[in-house]
Amino acid sequence: MKAQDYSALNEFWNNLRTIPSHVYRAVFRGGPPKTDRTRSSFIFGNVFLHLHSVRTHLWSLRWSTTMGLGIITTAAFFITLVTGILLMFYYKPYPEVAYQSIKDIHFIVPTGRLMRNIHRWAANVMVVAVILHMARAFYTAAYRNPREFNWFIGWGLLVTTLGLSFTGYLLPWDQLAFWAITIGANIAQSPREITDALGLTQLMDIGGLQREILLGSDTVGDEALIRFYLLHVMILPLALAALMAVHFWRIRKDGGLAKPEDADELVASEAKEFYPVFTDVPTKTYHLAAVVKGKTPAVGSGPEYTVPSMPHLFYAELGVLMLTTLICVGLAFISDAPLKELANPLVPENPAKAPWYFLGLQEIVSFSAFMGGIGIPMLCVIGLGLIPFLDRETDGTGEWFGGPGGWKLVKWSVVVGFLSSIAVEAFAIRFGWLREWFPDIPQLVITFVNPGTVLTAIYAAYSIWAVRRYNSTRAGALALFTCFLCGFIVLTVIGTYFRGPNWDFFWSPADWNAH
Amino acid sequence: MTTNAGEKQSRFDPEPVARRDFLGLAALGSMAAAFGLSILGMLKLPKAAVSATPAKKFSFALPDTLADNEAFIPPGRNVAVFRDGEGVFAISTVCTHLGCIVKTSANGFDCPCHGSGFTKDGTVRKGPAPKALPWLKVSRNGSTITVDEESSVKTGTKV
Repeated sequence: MKAQDYSALNEFWNNLRTIPSHVYRAVFRGGPPKTDRTRSSFIFGNVFLHLHSVRTHLWSLRWSTTMGLGIITTAAFFITLVTGILLMFYYKPYPEVAYQSIKDIHFIVPTGRLMRNIHRWAANVMVVAVILHMARAFYTAAYRNPREFNWFIGWGLLVTTLGLSFTGYLLPWDQLAFWAITIGANIAQSPREITDALGLTQLMDIGGLQREILLGSDTVGDEALIRFYLLHVMILPLALAALMAVHFWRIRKDGGLAKPEDADELVASEAKEFYPVFTDVPTKTYHLAAVVKGKTPAVGSGPEYTVPSMPHLFYAELGVLMLTTLICVGLAFISDAPLKELANPLVPENPAKAPWYFLGLQEIVSFSAFMGGIGIPMLCVIGLGLIPFLDRETDGTGEWFGGPGGWKLVKWSVVVGFLSSIAVEAFAIRFGWLREWFPDIPQLVITFVNPGTVLTAIYAAYSIWAVRRYNSTRAGALALFTCFLCGFIVLTVIGTYFRGPNWDFFWSPADWNAH
Repeated sequence: MTTNAGEKQSRFDPEPVARRDFLGLAALGSMAAAFGLSILGMLKLPKAAVSATPAKKFSFALPDTLADNEAFIPPGRNVAVFRDGEGVFAISTVCTHLGCIVKTSANGFDCPCHGSGFTKDGTVRKGPAPKALPWLKVSRNGSTITVDEESSVKTGTKV
């Protein structure tokens, strides 16, 4: 017999032998990322990585540009996602059973306690990071054209993050959970404060409808718990993932991170370390210049101030992911997630306090349910969300505290923001408010004139003064946003440390016992 | 319908929408309407038609030792029942602000959540509560007291 009679069989054996290398090449088409070319295809050939651009500007990689805050937020989200899925193995969303299942997770399930602690700490890290990330984007004036819409999406992400935190701490069905659901559902019902005063509740009871849909019943019970569970594990995470996808996509489509005009010169010395990619300045752009907005990197100069995203950006991102994980796990070992007594619909805790990030809100809710719980938060979201459309200047984009007024204005705004919020709070704590002076005053007056709305008005007036003083809308935005942050801090600190039983003012929690 | 190129149209005879454009728009419009209406239909689902809630009317007997203006809390209920020389009355202890349960105190009632305060007859004394604590309908049959949490009566009604 001749050898070629077996050639197909030989080929078959050969194919069988080389399956691993062929599968590898079918999955990783571009080969290992060892040259600039394969590094590029490593990114644009991968569905998960191609949200990144192939090359990243050196300015964007600077620590001081972003401080990695967006990536910390994203990393914390992924940590909550993984630990959350693990917790779902044992959690049962039914009153009392839910409480027992959390106890099981905490005391019996292998690593359950650690996973729950990590989940809780990652959620806290996410709230802190998303607020700081917003502040970073604001102070570097990164919200401006063409990034206005992404700033708006960012607000959606902040609200969704807070919604996830809120629905999350409702699930253990302990005292904190039960009274938070009660208060949350009644805040949803608080438009009645307005409709009652106007005599419209009979005609259109928006508040009552909102509460009914949230609770699925007219009392807080099993229907309410399953609804908040559904929100926490399905509706809100999906919404967050969709918003995140848009948020990241827009970063690329809007031309990467916001950079100062002279970013190329500023990174010139660093750029020398990388060998030039384009030795000759191209005269043509190399991408869809007619479709993609913004200046293309190839107009007038080669993209030599950029470096391949693989490895430079990816290694930085992975480093931040590792750091975030380390922080969450470390905190999880140090401090346990709280679990109070089983929910008791007859006796709330005294004081009944929300987690720290809602205590500022609880403080203004203690002036008026509707304005504190719905009116002022909506005003903040809409007012600060529209900042990119109100400030269309271009001066100082990409620079910390850039624009007219700058750091000096921010410093003064910190002083104004702290002093006015402390002054308004001190006044209300010392002298009370309208109801104590005029017992028969109509509720509508208190709804619209209370310490929360007065503080909002002071901040708005100060910001308008800043617009006039510096003849710049950016100055007004700097003043307003700084005041907002300061007010948030002051109200949160007062709610956390200076409010005790019956939400009375105390200099220190040590004095609570006197009650 | 086609017109000759360059021919000036009278404003009484504007160029009609091309047939394909019209059909395309009609298809898009009907799809949007179908989705819109089906979403409205789906929104009906989360609004519960029936909700199982415990009975709001309950009966009990007041202890003989109950002093004037001392609150009696019927077990499992968010209601404070009082007895004085003029009769028996019941005040809801659900705060009209955001639904926490108020505690009786020397001044009347105090709320642990957001600091609302009420006088002994339930009128708002301080804090964010928009309305007085409602007085609930009380009926007496011998020593049995019945309170209906769903119907409120005028402040000051004692039986």
